[in-house]
Amino acid sequence: MSSSAESRERILSRLYNAQQYGRDAYVPQKKVWTIRNRPKEKNITEFMERMGAVRTEVYRTKGTEWVAELQKLVEERGQKTLLHAPSTPTGKVLAEKWKKKSPCKLVTWKDSIEEFKDDLFACDGAVTGCIGGIAESAAVILWPTEEEPRLMSIVPPLHVVVVEADKIYTSFQDAIKKLKWNTSMPTNALLISGPSKTADIELILQFGVHGPTDLVVFITE
Amino acid sequence: MASNEKFNFAQSVAEALADSQLRANFRFATDTLIQRRGTVFASPEETNFLRDVGSSMKKDVLANLPDLLERFEAKCIKNGIVVHWAETAKDANEIILSILNEKSAKKVVKGKSMASEEIHLNAYLEEHDKEVVETDFGEFIIQLCNEPPSHIIVPAVHKNRKQIAEVLAEHVEGMEYTEDVDIMLENVRNTLREHFKTADAGISGVNFGIVETGSLCLVENEGNGRMCTTVPPLHIALMGIEKLIENVEDIPAIYRLLCGSATGQRITTYFNMISGPRKKDERDGPKEVHLVLLDNGRSRIMNDPQLGDVLKCIRCGTCLNHCPVFTRIGGHAYGSTYPGPIGEILVPQLEGLNPKGAIATASSLCDACSEACPVRIPIPEIIRRMRDESYGHGDPNSVAGYGYKKNCVESMVWRGWKWSQTSPFMNKVMLKGLALFGKWIPVVGPLKSWMSVRSKPTFGKNSLKDLVKKEGVRHE
Ligand code: SF4
Repeated sequence: MSSSAESRERILSRLYNAQQYGRDAYVPQKKVWTIRNRPKEKNITEFMERMGAVRTEVYRTKGTEWVAELQKLVEERGQKTLLHAPSTPTGKVLAEKWKKKSPCKLVTWKDSIEEFKDDLFACDGAVTGCIGGIAESAAVILWPTEEEPRLMSIVPPLHVVVVEADKIYTSFQDAIKKLKWNTSMPTNALLISGPSKTADIELILQFGVHGPTDLVVFITE
Repeated sequence: MASNEKFNFAQSVAEALADSQLRANFRFATDTLIQRRGTVFASPEETNFLRDVGSSMKKDVLANLPDLLERFEAKCIKNGIVVHWAETAKDANEIILSILNEKSAKKVVKGKSMASEEIHLNAYLEEHDKEVVETDFGEFIIQLCNEPPSHIIVPAVHKNRKQIAEVLAEHVEGMEYTEDVDIMLENVRNTLREHFKTADAGISGVNFGIVETGSLCLVENEGNGRMCTTVPPLHIALMGIEKLIENVEDIPAIYRLLCGSATGQRITTYFNMISGPRKKDERDGPKEVHLVLLDNGRSRIMNDPQLGDVLKCIRCGTCLNHCPVFTRIGGHAYGSTYPGPIGEILVPQLEGLNPKGAIATASSLCDACSEACPVRIPIPEIIRRMRDESYGHGDPNSVAGYGYKKNCVESMVWRGWKWSQTSPFMNKVMLKGLALFGKWIPVVGPLKSWMSVRSKPTFGKNSLKDLVKKEGVRHE
């Protein structure tokens, strides 16, 4: 659009000519917020405590135990379907260990969103892996993939995340460094710290306004 | 309340003050938000350090803004984002409309965006036969009753539960009056899910644009922003040109400052970084992402050493909560997209001093806002600058409407005052004069309105100065 190009020229030239912040203007030294890394156990404890505080259910499990626990949990709550991605490590374990007789059926994402939309909006829950967690700010880090698309963690009312204990970082800063976030940014990167919520009515916290009402996190080792 | 209908600030303030329900709602909200902020920023040392980090980071961005914008643009384009530049609100509206038209999009779901309020995007799109659905819960409520937001973080905060229940009962199909918040949410959730599913496009704001990676960051609790930017096949993001952050590693500090200041959270539910449209083989996400970079006066503001500081703002809204005036009159009285202290320094610059300069009078200059501001904007100083500009003391080229309040009588009074304070002889004459004739000062003009709620001062025979001279100062 030519008018956009003209606007661009005018805006940039005004900015380049601005007196205040010209390149020679004094700008104070940038300060940096650092947090010292802590040992793994401390990270896990803090992660569990802080995630729990915003109504996330966090469980610590060994190996593939989480599948049985999850199964119990969803059956108690009367879930009918659970979306998963059998080609990912998490999804694979889930599919292998899931009891076939369970009233809660595992389903998979087919095709692209255009075709799958109705089914997706009808799903009761979804299970995804994640690439790590953060203790200091209490969040899981998701970089959605072709196997585990972005909407798995927002549309179904229940979201289950499996996080490896070794990948719980002390701080967001550390996660950015370790994951080389600045050079390997995916199409979509997410921090998720709890179930969806709003405080728009009298500032009272209410859960599950658009996204999941429940967030369940399994820490595995 | 369209921004430019005849704006009478004094009258809106009077109306707001007369509404006791409104005052109660705001008082409760601002007190709660201040208290919640305190739980995250409990240690003054840490908080002040973090504010230094935020302030220096934004200063740095502004110092290099044009270079960073060019780098950011190049990165975005590389990521497959289509970048548009809008010099004015009108340009931005037209660009967005033409993108929608090109894709024959009719129905748009929208995430919360102050920039879109600033350009009155909804009204514009609706005029051109688009269906626009606000999806943030608070925005949804006020869209139903056709009101602008009254707070930049909690847009429907002027309404209490009962009032919201009434709005929902009246406008949402099949809904009856209920004060049960769960039922209200359930209904709104279902209504909006249908809209997400069927929308042709999603429009969002941007909290931070990361230069290094060409990413758009969205901060939210509800998840509607993620829906708007992921479900529909087209995503249009609208971003003020000052919203850049240079590196990914800068994000943790500025993000904590934003969450803590805005809602008293350590972190929001979702932090959503978008770096391009759906790639080959990916199965969801928009097929096209457009970014509209909005100037609308910002590049002009940059030209002034003092006023440029306004552009550090990250729209956290905490200055609103801390402002004793905002707490009492609420957001609508300001008649502007941005109310409260940030509004007082930004709106007159965007829309001109006449008539919006008037809102800069709504401050006691108590400094509460600048003490809380996460990026350390010296708000009261800039408020005083707005007032100076209104009276023609400042830089005639920086703010539109310069000197609109200038009047001879006032100028003369101040000149007289200055004289009486700089010349010892005139000072004596004034003091003597007031002691003798002060009680006959006619009660007219400003004095009259001042005295409508106060009693007239009486002048002592001896001035304080004389007393000090005679008696000295007792240090007790
Ligand atoms: S001026 Fe400061 S306190 Fe006010 S909204 Fe902007 S960043 Fe927040």
